[in-house]
Amino acid sequence: MKIAITATGANLEASVDPRFGRCACFLVVETDDLSFEAVENPNVALGGGAGIQSAQLVASKGVTHVLTGNCGPNAHQTLSAAGIVIVVGCSGVVRDAIEQYKAGQFAATGEPNVASHFGIGRRGGR
Amino acid sequence: MRIAIASGKGGTGKTTVATNLAYVGSRNGRSVVYVDCDVEEPNGHIFLKPDLDGATPVGTLVPKVDESKCIHCGDCGDICQYSAIVSVGDAVLVFGELCHGCGGCSLVCPSGAISEVLHEIGEVHVGSTGPLAFAHGLLRVGQAMSPPVIKAVKAAAPAADLAIIDAPPGTSCPVIESVRDCDFLLLVTEPTPFGLNDLKLAVAMAREMKLPFGVVINRADLGDRETHLYCGNNDIEILTEIPDDRKIAESYSRGELAGEVLPGYRRMFETLLGRIDLRAG
Ligand code: SF4
Ligand code: SF4
Repeated sequence: MKIAITATGANLEASVDPRFGRCACFLVVETDDLSFEAVENPNVALGGGAGIQSAQLVASKGVTHVLTGNCGPNAHQTLSAAGIVIVVGCSGVVRDAIEQYKAGQFAATGEPNVASHFGIGRRGGR
Repeated sequence: MRIAIASGKGGTGKTTVATNLAYVGSRNGRSVVYVDCDVEEPNGHIFLKPDLDGATPVGTLVPKVDESKCIHCGDCGDICQYSAIVSVGDAVLVFGELCHGCGGCSLVCPSGAISEVLHEIGEVHVGSTGPLAFAHGLLRVGQAMSPPVIKAVKAAAPAADLAIIDAPPGTSCPVIESVRDCDFLLLVTEPTPFGLNDLKLAVAMAREMKLPFGVVINRADLGDRETHLYCGNNDIEILTEIPDDRKIAESYSRGELAGEVLPGYRRMFETLLGRIDLRAG
């Protein structure tokens, strides 16, 4: 299964970035063998629409699931239109979050869990 | 002549000054219109109590996609600078609240799948109160973009010799849209550190826009002298100082105009209007 997870850095030892649209980095991970591609997020500093652009970016990577901390309404709508399952509430080290997800510790969310612009003005990356 | 009243922040007494100027102007034989551009929280009507006509809807043109014609090329999303339209999976999503109505997406769509429809974002009312003409607008709750509504309010306002433009607080796009074509900009402030900070931002905006401007200090006897010093050092004229007077606060809380119920203040606002007339020619 191919998933995208929001991360503060370009490796599995980085932390899960709680923001979706303005996360530092997307890790596109093959969950079977944990092979991954790191995609730097070009939308970090976008004035508006970062969630939508980021959703389109991960959709273009062909993932079926997104793991992140929080997801706003526009990103949620875009990901859902692409048929991607959204899992919020992830935190800690990326590698652990993936293992926990595989063990069934997080549930998918049918709704955005934060309002628009949640990720603006927060401290990003490391 | 168009006089715009602005302040770097809310709660400085901007509406008090604007409504009173409009009132005294209209009582001295001039044709005057009061234009409330604070479309997110208009409150001039509370003091002027106009009779209003029915609402005229204001909207922007947003794309509507005919899915049966769409070939999912993604061109619409690529051209849009605001992420307001995006082709994803087998759908094209439109985010009306992000759309700036530029029409770019319908131009580039190779299959003619995009048409434009009106997306209502607010409404405009015009009316009058005695000899004073009145216009204001209301941005619909949840809408992010007030400039189109502000533009519509200004366009709908009845023509008059003197227009008093009550701008929204702050120094962002909606304020610039409100004050852009005025002949004189009046900045209302309070003599506090926060007031001064916001006044400086407003002065920077006025200078950037090359608008003639002056300052009114409200509750002038409260706070410190820093605002006076700043104005003195920067060649900014203080046109009037309004004292922190219980009688003004009381008339405000009753929804009355100080210039109507308190003769001393009527003269104060007449003098202020006269000074602006001289400055703006
Ligand atoms: S009209 Fe302009 S702003 Fe609106 S969706 Fe189309 S390209 Fe984007
Ligand atoms: S440009 Fe037209 S055809 Fe292409 S994805 Fe957008 S709506 Fe569909």
